[in-house]
Parts: sequence; structure tokens; C-alpha cells
Amino acid sequence: MLRLENIAKTFNPGTPDAKRAIGGLTLHVRKGDFISIIGANGAGKSTLFNAICGSFPVDSGRIVLDGQDVTMQPEHKRAKVIGRLFQDPMRGSAPNMSIEENLVLAAGSGGWLSRASRKERQALRDKLALLDMGLEDRMKQPVGLLSGGQRQALTLMMATLSMPKLLLLDEHTAALDPGTAEKVLNLTTRIVEENCLTCLMITHNMQSALDFGNRTLMMDQGSIVFDTEGDARAALTVDDLLEKFRQASGKKLDNDRMLLTK
Amino acid sequence: MSLSAILGLGQTALELALFNSLTVLALFLSYTMLNVCDLSTDGCYALGAAVGAVVAIAGHPWLSIPAAMAAGMLSGLVTAVLQTRMGVNSLLAGIIVNTGLYSVNIWIMGGSSLLNMNKTETVFTQLKAVLKDTPLAGSYALIIGLIAVAAVILFQSAFLRTKLGLAIRATGDNPDMVRSSSIDPVFTTTVGLCISNSFTALSGCLLAQSQKSTTVDIGSGMVTVALASLLIGNVFLGRKSIPVRAVGAVLGAFVFRLVYTIALRFNLPAFMLKLISSIIVVIAISGPYLRSQWPLIKRRFGKAGA
Ligand SMILES: Nc1ncnc2c1ncn2[C@@H]1O[C@H](COP(=O)(O)OP(=O)(O)OP(=O)(O)O)[C@@H](O)[C@H]1O
Ligand SMILES: [Mg+2]
Repeated sequence: MLRLENIAKTFNPGTPDAKRAIGGLTLHVRKGDFISIIGANGAGKSTLFNAICGSFPVDSGRIVLDGQDVTMQPEHKRAKVIGRLFQDPMRGSAPNMSIEENLVLAAGSGGWLSRASRKERQALRDKLALLDMGLEDRMKQPVGLLSGGQRQALTLMMATLSMPKLLLLDEHTAALDPGTAEKVLNLTTRIVEENCLTCLMITHNMQSALDFGNRTLMMDQGSIVFDTEGDARAALTVDDLLEKFRQASGKKLDNDRMLLTK
Repeated sequence: MSLSAILGLGQTALELALFNSLTVLALFLSYTMLNVCDLSTDGCYALGAAVGAVVAIAGHPWLSIPAAMAAGMLSGLVTAVLQTRMGVNSLLAGIIVNTGLYSVNIWIMGGSSLLNMNKTETVFTQLKAVLKDTPLAGSYALIIGLIAVAAVILFQSAFLRTKLGLAIRATGDNPDMVRSSSIDPVFTTTVGLCISNSFTALSGCLLAQSQKSTTVDIGSGMVTVALASLLIGNVFLGRKSIPVRAVGAVLGAFVFRLVYTIALRFNLPAFMLKLISSIIVVIAISGPYLRSQWPLIKRRFGKAGA
């Protein structure tokens, strides 16, 4: 499904600010995988997602997505097969446009000069009703009026409307209150399962890293230091995970820096 | 001053407002929707006037309109390519194109900075001939202005609801989201600027033909005047649906013209027009900002006084 072959990315190369954010990372994601990714601040998790999405070209290595070499493809081309959510609920939708207009644009069906038919709009409304947030009755309201949680749920819906093959979630519940975060997280698993999506999810919550998905990666200083799945993963506890981190990175765990919650 | 003279004055003001409201509608697309402040507007307005005049003088009054619009589109394309493909800041791209257009416009006008259309067949003289001896005889300019404005509003209302139109609006609102909807914001910006500049050029073309002459400076200060009108319209109808907001933009042009005409009646010299438009733009943009800052200013002032 997704194959990263020895990719590397250095920011500001050749300057005193040079920062090797990803160094020789190799990863093979199978179709249907739901992978949780954990790691300290600055470990390179978001940079990994940016590389997969094509926000910048990688310095070296190859990215193969769905059987196609996309290493040199611009971001908007890859977006056809990738859905993405950010930590910031504001980033995924256009605030001055209505919920309906956002959904129509995200659904992306039809030619440039086509307009969404009544039937299509009704279908979008029905889909939105599945969120169970009452948003379907506010179709004509600008998205800017929604709360962060509502907006993130809407973005989740939008990201999965066009049936992406790969869903990337970058701490997408971090800005939400615990109740809403749980709701959005459950929604996420439901949508991923219903659509048989392949999904990578960055989280700072060790427990949800173990609870959700079938595989967990730990990143440190731009590489993957721990990769677990199956029975080995099922047997893991949060404390085990912390211990693994200590072993793998070979340094004492600094809780302030890790910012991990049990 | 006789009643008919006042009415005549009112009609001229109305016609001027109609022609210039096409530029306001252009900014409605580029400034309000695409969030690009297109500073090539002045030059593009003069470009439309120059191309329209030259084509009309060559004996093709009706062809002058599509020709002017095509020229505007081309100018918009250059502005767009500069800012999306060549790393030029969007304001600077407009300024550069505007400067370049000064030379281009004189070149189009055959090396002169003034073109006279006194004896030229224009769309206005043609319609005037058609309407001769009908009750509408005196309103030919008004009719052309109304048709053009109505056509542009209808076009925009329909266009901004298409997928491409939505994508253009989203580009101004949240380019990240456009990219993740697998649409290239470079493409949407380019299309948006091409369309908006074609309206600006149409605006200049019609104004020049209606006053039977054009100069290379005909568009000077247009961007501020149009922005002022746009922002005035926004005050009244800013939160409504797109077609209503487009109508609001045109109304803004009328209000602006009205204020200006009244000011002239009070013996304000004509050269003050541009200063007035600048002041209106400042008030319209910084008014809401200052209002939001007001509690802070008051608190600071209160502390200092205590
Ligand atoms: N655009 C950029 N320019 C320069 N340096 C960058 C840029 N983006 C990221 N970095 C650096 O690359 C490193 C990895 O950043 P990244 O955002 O991937 O971390 P992260 O694992 O997502 O952390 P967090 O948990 O805080 O989100 C950091 O040291 C960061 O400073
Ligand atoms: Mg991050």
C-alpha cells in the first residue's frame, strides 16, 4: 500500500540551522493497516506525514504509494489517494464557506463547471447525519461558526468523502476536550473500519496508541525505533512501552520532553 | 440649475457608476473571494480602454469588447504566473504588471498617450442609432451599462457555485484545504485572476467608449476607488448570499459616486476624488479593526489617567 524506502529530509541544509528531521527511514505499510505512531516532540512524526503527502520533496529515497512511485509528485496530485487531518481543527476546512460548500468541494465529484445536484447534496447531508452532531441541520451555515470538535468531525468526514486509500491523522484530537476527543476518536475507528481504510495515526496518548489499530510505531530523532504488532503488541502495557522507549533510544526518558500521557 | 440639468448630472453619475462597478465586481472576485489584492487593476483598466479604443477605431465596434476582455485576461495571466510560479510576492506582482502596462498601453495606442474617438463608431453610437426616435433614445449608455453589469453579476453568481468557483473561494479562504481536496491552488488563482481582469478591462473599455476618448492615465487610482466601493457595499450586504453581495458591490459603486457627486455640488474640486476614495478605504478597513481594539485603548487610557 505505502512503501517508504530510505527517505531522508534535512531542513535548512548547509546552514547553522540545519536539522536532519528524517534520516534514512524505511517503512512498509500493508493495505488495511491501522498504525499508531508515538514519539517525543520533534521526533519527526509530522515531518514524516509531510513527506508522505508531498508538502516538500524528500532529499533522498523513494515513496511508493498504491503501486505508484510518487516521490516527485506534487501535493495536490497525491491528495487524490490521501486524506489528512491536522491537530489544528481550523486547518481542514474553509471558515467562510458553508458546511455544504465545504462538503461539495471535498467530495470532488464532477467536472470543473459542474454543480452539486439536489441528490448529491442530500447524500452529503445524510452522511453528515451519521456524525450525530446535528450538523446536517446547519448545512448553509459558515464552517467558522462551528466549535473545534464539530469542525474536526466535519474535517474527518470531508477527508474520507472522496474514499482515500490512505488516511493520515496528526494528533487530530489533541486540541479537543476529553469528551469530544473520545467521540471523534470513536468516529475515526468507525469510519476507518467501515471504509476499510489504511490509516496512520500520530498520538501522544500511549493508551490510545495501544488501544487503537493493529500496529504501533515509535519514532525518535527521525527514525523508527520500535515497531510492534500482533500478539507481542497485545501483551504490551503503557509501562512496557515507556520501557521500550528507554531501551530503543538508549537515553533516560525525560517526561517533560516526551509529553506523554498514560 | 434647471431640473433637467440636475437629472442629466444624475444620469451621468449613474452611467459612470455602472461602468466602474464592473471593476468593483472584478475586485469582488479577486479581493473578496480569492483574497488577492490585485494592484494591476489601474493598468488593466487602461489596457481595456486602449485595446477597446484601437479596435473600435479600426472599425470593429462590437469586436472591441471581447478584444478588451481578452487583453485583460492576458494581463491577469501574467500577474498570476508571476505570483504563483515565479516567486514574486502577490502585491509586487500587481505593481510590476501595472508599471509594465503603462508602456504596453502607449504602445497599443500607437505611441500616443491619448486616443480620440469623436468620429469613431462605438457600441454606444451603434445603440444610439438603433434607439433613435424611441423613448429610450437618451438612455443608450445606461442600457449598455445595465446589460454589462447584469451579465457579470449573473455570470459570477452561477460561476461561484460551480466546483471551480467553490475552489476559487476556498483558495482565498484556506489554501491548505484546497490542496487536500486534490485541487491545485495555482490553477484556481490563475483562473480567478484571468476572469477578474477581463471584467476590469471591460470596465475601462466601456468607460472610454462612453466618453469618446481614452488616455494612458484613465485607470489611475481605480483600484482604490473600486476597493472603496466594494467595502461600502460590504457594509450593507456583506453577510448575505453571493448574488446579493455582488449586487451590494454595485450598490457600493453607486453610493461612492453619489457621495462624490454631492461633494462636487458643494464645490469640492474634482481632483479631490482620489483623496476621498483613499479615506473611505482607510475607514472601511481600519474601522472594524479600531472598534475591536477600542476596549483595549480605553483600558490603557483609563490606567494612564488613574
Ligand atoms: N519547516 C521546517 N523548517 C525547519 N525545521 C523544521 C521544519 N519542520 C520541522 N522542523 C524540525 O524537524 C524536527 C521534527 O519536527 P516534527 O514537526 O516532525 O516533530 P513532531 O514529531 O511532529 O513533534 P510534535 O510531537 O511536537 O508534533 C523538529 O526538530 C523541527 O524543529
Ligand atoms: Mg507534530
